[in-house]
Amino acid sequence: MNSADGTPAPAILSANRISKSFGEIPVLFSIDFDIKPGEVHAIIGENGAGKSTLIKILSGIEQPTSGTITYDGQTVTLPPDGKAEGMGIVLIHQELNLAEHLTASESIFLGREIKRFGFLDIGEMRKRAAALMDTLHVRVDPDDRISTLSVADKQMVEIAKAISRDARVLIMDEPTAVLSVGETQTLFEQIRRLTARGVAVIFISHKLDEIMELADRVTVLRDGQLIATVGTEALTPDSIAQMMVGRELSNLYPPKHEPDVDAPVVLGVRNLSAKGVRDISFDLKRGEILGFAGLIGSGRTAVAEAIVGLSHRTGGDIALDGKPVNFTQVAQSVDAGLAYMTKDRKGKGLLLNMGLRPNLTLLTLDKHIKAGFLDGSSEDRALERAVRRFDIRARDASVAVGRLSGGNQQKLMLGKTMESEPDIIIMDEPTRGIDVGTKQQIYHIIAALAAEGKSIILISSEMQEVIGLSHRVVVMREGRLTGVLEGAEITEAEIMRYAAGIKSGNDERISA
Amino acid sequence: MSVSAPDIPAKPKRGFRLDLKTVGPLLALALLVLLGISLNENFLSYNNLTNVLARSSFIGIIAIGATFVITAGGLDLSVGSMAAVIAGVMIMVMNWLIPTMGIGWGVVIAGMATGILLGGVAGVFNGTMITRGRIEAFIVTLGTMGIFRSLVTFLADGGTLSLNFQVADVYRPVYYAGLLGVPWPIIVFALVAIGGEVVMRYTAFGRYCAAIGSNEQVARYSSINVDNVRLLTYILQGVLVGVAVLLYVPRLGSASSTTGVLWELEAIAGVIIGGTTLKGGYGRIWGTVVGVVILGLIGNILNLQSLISPYLNGAFQGVIIILAVLLQRGRKNA
Repeated sequence: MNSADGTPAPAILSANRISKSFGEIPVLFSIDFDIKPGEVHAIIGENGAGKSTLIKILSGIEQPTSGTITYDGQTVTLPPDGKAEGMGIVLIHQELNLAEHLTASESIFLGREIKRFGFLDIGEMRKRAAALMDTLHVRVDPDDRISTLSVADKQMVEIAKAISRDARVLIMDEPTAVLSVGETQTLFEQIRRLTARGVAVIFISHKLDEIMELADRVTVLRDGQLIATVGTEALTPDSIAQMMVGRELSNLYPPKHEPDVDAPVVLGVRNLSAKGVRDISFDLKRGEILGFAGLIGSGRTAVAEAIVGLSHRTGGDIALDGKPVNFTQVAQSVDAGLAYMTKDRKGKGLLLNMGLRPNLTLLTLDKHIKAGFLDGSSEDRALERAVRRFDIRARDASVAVGRLSGGNQQKLMLGKTMESEPDIIIMDEPTRGIDVGTKQQIYHIIAALAAEGKSIILISSEMQEVIGLSHRVVVMREGRLTGVLEGAEITEAEIMRYAAGIKSGNDERISA
Repeated sequence: MSVSAPDIPAKPKRGFRLDLKTVGPLLALALLVLLGISLNENFLSYNNLTNVLARSSFIGIIAIGATFVITAGGLDLSVGSMAAVIAGVMIMVMNWLIPTMGIGWGVVIAGMATGILLGGVAGVFNGTMITRGRIEAFIVTLGTMGIFRSLVTFLADGGTLSLNFQVADVYRPVYYAGLLGVPWPIIVFALVAIGGEVVMRYTAFGRYCAAIGSNEQVARYSSINVDNVRLLTYILQGVLVGVAVLLYVPRLGSASSTTGVLWELEAIAGVIIGGTTLKGGYGRIWGTVVGVVILGLIGNILNLQSLISPYLNGAFQGVIIILAVLLQRGRKNA
């Protein structure tokens, strides 16, 4: 906003030559970082680049090993345990820190309740919460339970909470990772309103286009080093990506190999209905990558889960290789060569407290049983293969999977899914929250699988990804299939038209 | 998403902590044994040790079942009452069979079969209510705990059910005799423990228990039949209660409303002291065995000395349980 014009506005918060090591291991090397009132400053970098550590230091949760923090012109030691909030520095975590059973107003005043004669002044808190929501243009009732709110609204409650604490610096860790396009825009409006009032906003994101849109300046970290801090106007998504990974990313997406025109249909879905989705029909051909685009909550995951038997199907027919099938349990679809890879790798995909081996083989443990007992060496061989094939990097196999980076977790989950040797793979958000370098690896794996004759359904909220990889794209909106795009039609604008409901044309081309 | 960086530092400490975690219960056991030796020279005597182990074997066998239930994220509070009702019904069945079968091993074997069968049925009931009825394990087994306890009181008409003396004489060796001088309860306990350890570590069932206890959703998405595995843990628990009871009945030859009181808590305590996490996801059978023996030794040592009142037995056990959990927590947060 007012920062990039060259006038030397004083920074409200700055880090000077900050280094941080955990034990023997250095994580940040002499980082300089500053933010001015009313500015949006994005931090970007691959997984493990040190972004989280930096914002933890900026919010006082971690103390730097060396270097100083200056806040409001004074060198300070920020108090740990989020107490810096009292000073006006508020960190909003990626996994929002709200108690699900409290109401919005209770959440906003949690820990600083307004009291009268020693008792809670509920009316006053409700009134102030409502006023706060009004100024933010958020339509959340102060009495709404947090558990009933959408993720986007929860985030708004967090922001309201921050503002009620007179936040002067708001730090957000990947705020848009779980938001749809529309929700992201609302969040951005909110951030712009805050910066207009002089609040400084620091945010981490993996989405380059968002950074281009919102940020005034961008700081790029790589391997704990400060690569550059640049005004956004001097950047292109490509140049940011290059700074992040330190190499050219010209071939982010592998070349597309169209499947044969007469390739057989391996998966046929007709008039599928399930909770949240209605009347879905599409075909998947051998060797094809079929993209599923749409806003978050448009029902793409529900379609996948209904097909593989994770959720109950209320109507419609599914045929595998032309033969009708009815999966009521996941095990049946896995046996039939159809595997679903969840988007929720931490909640549904991996056992975070266990090592690599039990995670890899959990889906296919039957393959590693000899005379009724588990064959550890057979499991080890499988892990060796998967580590090689998917380039999974871990210190050793016994390290708890929860300690791996997001990218390595994702590759392990891919390995686990592929252990069942499926012919059809449904990948749900296979690159969510992972760095560009790993994304590129996964894109090449997906393309290679398709080239081998596997058929892939690619559910993704990253439009570029769907466009870059898919042979055809199915677009969903509010539980309905609104369009199937092919060839030159696969453009961002066209997908948006179907996803937003401006265009709808599923009748003419159910099966292309 | 850049969670990876701060994770790295934990590494140097990890090896040390893992060691402590594995060695912890064994260390406690060794200390107890040393304490016992220093307090009373009779502690190490053959009679004392077999006595402690034989008494611990009932809880031990039940606790091995509980290890599976807890590892899979469940809980069974009904095992003590279940033991009592099984003992009562076994005695009634045996007494009832005497006129038709006469006195001899036939009746005893029929009684044993009844015990194991009843345990299985009780397990099926608990497990079905929990998995198919979708009721929390704590609530279901709290309910059946009351039901079973009340049933045995009803069957005994408020008093005591006693096994026919002649049958009891036939049955007695199952508790008091043994093989090569080792009492049967200890032998059975050892066999169940070895079997349990093998199942927990080297079968898909054991792996699935840990997976379900760790994260039920992940298990479901990994095509594991979560309900069936859970149900199986409760059936296994019930059957093992049956096994424990068929070793217990010959000891006293009777059952009443006070049979097996608080066994469920002792079993759970043994499991926890052994290092299994109460919320599931990680279990080890040998730890449970060590935990149960530790509990048994505390009582024994208190009885062998004169400085501290043996009535404080429960207090010492309680302290040990809390310490064990504190140690578990310490590893997690560090």
